[in-house]
Parts: sequence; structure tokens; C-alpha cells
Amino acid sequence: MITWLRQHWRTFGLTLARLAGNPLATLLNVMVIGVALALPLGGYMLLQNLGSITRQVTGNPQVSLFLAPEAGKADIAALEARLKQIPGVRAARFIPREQALEGLKRSENTADVIATLQANPLPDAFVLETGGSAAELEKLEPELKALPKIAHVQLDSAWVKRLETLIELGRTAVLILATLLAFGLIAVTFNTIRLQILTQKDEIEVSKLIGATDAFIRRPFFHLGLIQGALGGLAALAIVYLCMLILNRSILELAQLYGSDFRLGFFGFSDCLALLVFAAFLGWLGAYMSVSRHLADIEPR
Amino acid sequence: MISFSQVRKSYRGGHEALAELSFSIETGELVFITGRSGAGKSTLLKLIPAIERPTSGTVLVNGQNIGSMRRPAIPYLRRNLGLIFQDQKLLYDRSAFDNVMLPLAFTGHAHKDAARRVRAALDKVGLLAREKANPITLSGGEQQRLCIARAVVNRPSILLADEPTASLDSASAAEVMEMFRSFNQVGVTVLIATHDEALVQRLNPRVLVLKQGRLAS
Repeated sequence: MITWLRQHWRTFGLTLARLAGNPLATLLNVMVIGVALALPLGGYMLLQNLGSITRQVTGNPQVSLFLAPEAGKADIAALEARLKQIPGVRAARFIPREQALEGLKRSENTADVIATLQANPLPDAFVLETGGSAAELEKLEPELKALPKIAHVQLDSAWVKRLETLIELGRTAVLILATLLAFGLIAVTFNTIRLQILTQKDEIEVSKLIGATDAFIRRPFFHLGLIQGALGGLAALAIVYLCMLILNRSILELAQLYGSDFRLGFFGFSDCLALLVFAAFLGWLGAYMSVSRHLADIEPR
Repeated sequence: MISFSQVRKSYRGGHEALAELSFSIETGELVFITGRSGAGKSTLLKLIPAIERPTSGTVLVNGQNIGSMRRPAIPYLRRNLGLIFQDQKLLYDRSAFDNVMLPLAFTGHAHKDAARRVRAALDKVGLLAREKANPITLSGGEQQRLCIARAVVNRPSILLADEPTASLDSASAAEVMEMFRSFNQVGVTVLIATHDEALVQRLNPRVLVLKQGRLAS
């Protein structure tokens, strides 16, 4: 066991030394893997951020009920009573048309337009607070539409739902991209290891002749694949982090215009670790396939 | 220690390298295998470390049957043998020291212990002063001695050498032969294939003469 560990440790050191001994080739290989991983990783980061925005917005979905112009005071009172009985409706707030107009007058953007109006074009409205998700709100819609004296039901959740669907679509696209590029990573490692095996052909042959086990001969290549994969993963994280910093500068300006302090957030520690482990595993897999395929070809004669 | 009985080895294409070969070598013997090129000397030597397997017949090395030996067992057989190859197989991307270190890399010696054994082996072949040299800068005789150091660093019980003096001048060849004799004197079984008859006669050892894959005498 100690021998085994010692040999692994020594192999690890030798592999690092070999990688450091050929910095340009190492850098290029790591960059290829890094860029390949950075594409789906960056997409994933954007989606995660979009997801967190929609969660903030959908935390408290609202429904606006616009009443028909002919609705009178009695109708409004009757409606209010009925709304409170509908399960899923937490609160119903009545907004008279005069109050809505006042609101618009106070708003800088619309005040000028409102001033030119002769009559109030706005209808009376109810704003419903619901606790449910976008899907539950959707179920509520036909019931609300069936109420008397209702001209229009505006679901706050409609665009959120569209956004959620879009994010879901994006997630699928990122997954497909990630799968394809994972194969790319395996292929890159496969080739690197193949070249390394060819470079060390003499050493492998002599080692076999003087009593090296197959496990011993394979070991440095597994280490190489593993280290290269992990370095590639590290490069991908660095690339995505840098891109995030650059994007955040513009996003901050944009967000300030909307009075928000939104900015892109990076992955947590466990996500980063998971990515490194995954990249290292893919590197190992590529090395494993390459070694299985090519080492048998070197048989001393 | 090494015994061949009714050994036949034919290669694909029908060329028969060895036919009906039977002999045995006891522990501590010094044996020469001579014969013209193509007589089967190299094939005979390759059968012992299982680089080649016999087509029929039995090859026993330390009681193990080479013909039926499973692949994973082969490395452990080879660690007990010291091999000196016709084409030397030195690695030119590392120092003489590291070349001799190679067989100890996978036997799990602590680095300090291994380094001591490497220096002892280099000392025995007179190359201790050249341990940092790249093998390409060594003379032909020195390269051959480096091969011997690599073969003996593991303290094998059997030493196999294929044409170890082929490319050497007579003085270097005599030096190398003297080395083999000194290993034999400390109990190592030594088996040398050569076509250098003059060199063989001077040592007066046991000689197996091969002729077209059979023993001639």
C-alpha cells in the first residue's frame, strides 16, 4: 500500500514535471479543453442568473381584473365579495379609475400624455394577490373570466411563464452543447495521450522488457489525462469568471437605469469543485480509452 | 534452472527458427550459444523471458513453464532476469544514471536505496564517473557496459546477453566478457549468444552450437 502510494506520488510529480517541461504544448492543450468547457459553462451561468431573476419576480404573482365600463358601485361590491370566496385568492384590492389616473399623472413618463386627455380612459380594476405558482394562476384564469362585468383578465405570470419556458429551452441547448463538447474533450485527451505514447515508445518497450507491469506503464498516462482535464476545467472557470467581470461592468450600468443593483453571480465552491472533478474524469476517460487502444500496439519483439 | 525439451518455434509464414531443441542449464553455469546468423540464437534467448512463446515443446525457467505462462505473470518472471539486447535499447532522453534506475522504478524501492544500488551497478561496470552523461556521448564499449549495469541492478539470478560484443573492438569485447565471467563467479547463471568463436575459445566454457535451429554438437 505504501509502495503503491509512493509510486503514484512519484508518477504524479514526474507527470507535472513533464507538463511543465513542455509549457507551450501544455498551455495549448489546456486552452483547447478550457475553451470547450467554457462555452456550456458560461451558458449555464447566464441561465442560472436568469433563473434567479424570474424567481424573484414570480415570488408574488398578481392578477389584474379590468372591469367593464358599465359596472356600477353595486356590481363592484358584489364582485369583491365573490373574489374573496375564490380559493387561491389571498387579497383583492380595488383600484378605482380615478386613482389609476392619479398614479399615471404622478409618473414622469406619462404625465404629459395624460394632461392632453379630456376624459379618463381607464377602467376600474381589481388587483388580486395570489400565493400560487404561475401554473396555478393559469388554472384560475377561466374562473375569473367567467365573472360578470369583467372586461379583461391580465395575468402577471404570462411573460414569466414564457421566460421560464425560454430558460428551459436554453438549459436543453446548454446540455446538448455540454455533451458534444465533453466528447470533444475526450477526443482531445485521446489524441494527446496517443502522441505521448508514441513519444515514449522506446521507454515503454524497454520497460515492458525489463519487467514493468501493464498497470505501471499505464499509470503516468492516466495521471496525464487527469491533470490535463483538471487544468482545462480550471481554465474554463477562469475564462467564464473573466467574461462575467467584463459583462458585469455593462450590466451594472444597465441595471442602474432601471434602479436595480442586479449583477451576474458566479458559481459557488461546490459547483466549481464539481466541474473540476467532472473535467478530470473526462480527461481520465480519454486517457483510459487511448491507453487501452494504443499500448497493446507496443509489444517488444 | 533453464530447461528446453523438444522445443520448436516457427514464425508466421512457415519459417522454422528452432526445431526439436532440448538442453538444460544448471544454476551457476556460464554457457555460450554460437552459430551463424539465422541459426536461431536470438530466438532461443527470447524464449526465456517470454518475449516469444514456443510453438511446441516446453521451456522451463526456474520451474515455470513459459509456454503456458499468463500475461500478468510475465513482468515478475522478467524481473528475475537480466537482459542485454542486441540493439542495446538504451534511452537517450535521460542520463546513464536514470537508464540504470529504470528497472528499480517499478519494484518499489525507496529512492535512496535505489540510488545506492544504481551507483553500485555503475561502479561494477566502471561507469560511476559518467553517471550524469547521456548514453549517446558514451563510447560503444561504455554503452554496452551501461546495458550490463541496467541488467544487473536488480540482482537477477540469470543473465542473458544477445551478441554483447558484436560492435566492439577486441579490447572492449574482452573487457565485457571478463565482466560476465565475474558475475558468473558470484553465482549468476550467464547465457551469451555470440558468433565470435575466438572469444569463446579463450574462456573455455560450455558451448551450445546451433545449426538451422538444432543443436549441432
